[in-house]
Amino acid sequence: MTDLSYDHKQHLKTLLPEPAINEIDHWIKKYPPERKRPPIIAALKVVQEHNGNYLTEELMQAVGEYLDVPQIAVFEVATFYSMFHLDKVGKHVISVCNNISCSLRGADNVIEQLQNRLNIKLGETTDDGLYTIKTVECMAACGGAPMLEVDKVYFENLTEEKVDQILSDIAALEIAKQKKPADLSAEVKK
Amino acid sequence: MGKVHLEIDGKPFEAEVGSMIIEVADLAGIYIPRFCYHKKLSVAANCRMCMVDVSSIPKAVPASATPVAEGMQIQTKTEKAVSARKSVMEFLLINHPLDCPVCDQGGECELQDLSMEYGDDVSRFTEGKRVVKDKNIGPLISTDMTRCIHCTRCVRFGQEVVGIREMGAIGRGEHMEISTYIEESIESEVSGNIIDLCPVGALNAKPSLFKARAWEMRQSPSIAAHDCLGSNVWVHHRRGDIIRVVPRENEAINEVWLSDRDRFSYQALTEGERLLKPRIKRHGEWQEADWQSALSFVASEMKRVIGGSQGKNFGGLIGNSVTTEESYLFQKLLRGMECNNIDFRTRRRDFSGDGRSSVRSGFNFPMEELDHMDATLLIAADLRHEQPLTALRVRKSTGFGNAMAINPFDGEYNFKLAHEIQPDPHFLAQEFARVIVAADKLNPDVLHAEAKEWLNGVESELVHEEIAKKLLHGEKSCIVLGVYVQEHPQAQTINWLAESLASITQSEWGYMTQGCNAAGNKIAGAVPMQSAAGGKSKAGKNAKQMLLEGLQGYFLFNCEPDVESVWSKEALNSLNNASFVVAATPFADGRALDYADVLLPIAGCYETSGTYINVEGTWQSFAAAVKAPEESRPGWKVLRVLANLFELKGFDYESSEQVINELREKFDAAGENKVARKIPPPLMQVNESEVSRKSLGLYQVDSIVRRAKALQQTPKASTHPISVSRVTT
Repeated sequence: MTDLSYDHKQHLKTLLPEPAINEIDHWIKKYPPERKRPPIIAALKVVQEHNGNYLTEELMQAVGEYLDVPQIAVFEVATFYSMFHLDKVGKHVISVCNNISCSLRGADNVIEQLQNRLNIKLGETTDDGLYTIKTVECMAACGGAPMLEVDKVYFENLTEEKVDQILSDIAALEIAKQKKPADLSAEVKK
Repeated sequence: MGKVHLEIDGKPFEAEVGSMIIEVADLAGIYIPRFCYHKKLSVAANCRMCMVDVSSIPKAVPASATPVAEGMQIQTKTEKAVSARKSVMEFLLINHPLDCPVCDQGGECELQDLSMEYGDDVSRFTEGKRVVKDKNIGPLISTDMTRCIHCTRCVRFGQEVVGIREMGAIGRGEHMEISTYIEESIESEVSGNIIDLCPVGALNAKPSLFKARAWEMRQSPSIAAHDCLGSNVWVHHRRGDIIRVVPRENEAINEVWLSDRDRFSYQALTEGERLLKPRIKRHGEWQEADWQSALSFVASEMKRVIGGSQGKNFGGLIGNSVTTEESYLFQKLLRGMECNNIDFRTRRRDFSGDGRSSVRSGFNFPMEELDHMDATLLIAADLRHEQPLTALRVRKSTGFGNAMAINPFDGEYNFKLAHEIQPDPHFLAQEFARVIVAADKLNPDVLHAEAKEWLNGVESELVHEEIAKKLLHGEKSCIVLGVYVQEHPQAQTINWLAESLASITQSEWGYMTQGCNAAGNKIAGAVPMQSAAGGKSKAGKNAKQMLLEGLQGYFLFNCEPDVESVWSKEALNSLNNASFVVAATPFADGRALDYADVLLPIAGCYETSGTYINVEGTWQSFAAAVKAPEESRPGWKVLRVLANLFELKGFDYESSEQVINELREKFDAAGENKVARKIPPPLMQVNESEVSRKSLGLYQVDSIVRRAKALQQTPKASTHPISVSRVTT
């Protein structure tokens, strides 16, 4: 018999602030109580957001205990989706799609350009901890191929100039430290 | 369920609505290739190898995931079906290494077999193959994950059959890997089954890795010897050496599975320290001897001790996992010498039931029925560690029914419990009695007055009433007593309570027993109160008396009371102080070297022919798979020769069949001996410090398992206070 006094839900509560727990609970309520696995994605998203954009073993284990699912089930989800990071990443994660449509429309050039400009390889983070570049699977924006995503904003129909523009915009943003990334898209779209 | 009519390859068949094409084809003996489909697992349909051509559907469809329909015309060998499979095979082989010559699965590999039929000679794929890092998942299973084709049978086995999901598919697409959570070793007690399930060489048995090729081995049917189910196995051997043990399908007992204990225990025989020649201790020194001088020495010493005390000062103790033949001859030999101190129950504390002769096995209902119980009450039954495969059965029943437990110890369950009570072990019987009181309230017409009076003063609470209700209202229900119950100081009381509760709630009941042949030992008469087949016997001492009183001489037959008895300390003391101890054992280690005067090398399991009688009373005979090494001999032969030295009559057996036939005749002639259980003495608090000790651990149950190397390295091995280091002095 397992120790009944040990509350499996407690551990996550010590790792996250209350609003975050409430947000996870909000997602749990959307599914029937016997379906325990559907809220894994939502819970991991919340947890990652509160942990500087990456997940740790301890956090994944705590999520498993909180949702009452096997550890491996959480790990499966965390390793499947490219939006979850299992290692520390930069402040801005630049995700470039290199699936078939983007590939045909020059995703390799985009990747090459990013690597040269930031002087890092795919999957690496710059020394200042600002940028990470990685490739991801199709983000359902084939109509605008090639595309990339950074800070939850899609940039489509990329050209060399556009990529340069994105990078300098982020840099300008970092220097100014005033605007939020969300404002960035508004500017680019102009 | 209705029936539909369909045609497969032009032949008409009738099938149940809802069944899949592949099930119908399998029943009809039409083979459809498959990797991910397995009859005991859910349908995944991810390998796409089972493509068939259905007339009404334009594309080829997977037979494992396509339900049958009226008038379906299925072709398994048309070009459409075959070319679909060829394409699937091409994709599977893209990343599969060409290392069949060094792969243990080579020669018995489903992928290898099917690639002969569906694979191309030349690969069109010229790019680099992917390589997956191997995982260390423990001492039992070796991994070569580059060979994995992602059928997910191992994942589904954990999730569905065992109920403890340890493996999963991590990563995505090309990067998908089958793995455990962050390199953990697998803890399950039935993990070895994923070796059989794996259609390729990704998961192989570690203890037999690189020991033999599939085509070099021969297989012999046998019976596993470590729990009271008597799982059916194939012993694979090459030139007289056991290489591995795998399950032999028997739906009524082990289905298609095998516990790790039964699968890997053979290692003790092949790699343990075996006793290869008889040994006699002279002036404190062990000397090897030939059989004749060893047996004459035993005979003269036995005559000395037995003759000097009219049999009172000599005792015979026999192990829990010896064959029925050995057990029968053992008691026949000792009784022939006028010695009635014979017992196998070295783990029993309560002998108050010995007055009533009975040959009842633990279960009087088929084990298979556990699958279909609406309510199952487990009394101190740690099924996962006692009879791992029954835990899988009870788990099946919890899909629709309720499992409930009264267990004084921390049980590990792989199914949900509707109710769980954890009483103090001293009050196990008292707690159980409260359920009967609750049941009596619901159905007061069954229990007779005397029993009601016995229960007077016992109060039930809500939880007891809930348990009683579920047992009573379930269409099928049962009460299962774990091995520990028979070791409890109030075993007879608990047995009586179970029988009474079963009659009130119209449930089945059964008790689990230690070792593989407790029923056989009892029927063979290796007990002091009755001879073979429940026949009469003069009174003799039981195991407790023999071990506690300290006799002058002992005959230990594949029995290590200093380790496996609940009286182990006292046993060691008595054995050390005895003037003559003869031990028949397959092993040349352990404390027998200290206390014994003669060691007789006998065959271990798979090396002797014999019969085990399982807990349901099924007699399962088997032939020896391999010969016992060097001078060691099957136990029944040793006993027969020894009896001849005593000039006892009726020991002219030429085969073990003659022995078992003689017993079987007596057993059939005796008929079923039904004796009502007596009302036990009043409930009292058990006043024994030993009561809190649990039953023997998963990998401590018998002399063979205790010496199986790989099993002893698993995390489960250390869950019991008796460690191997203490066994080997």
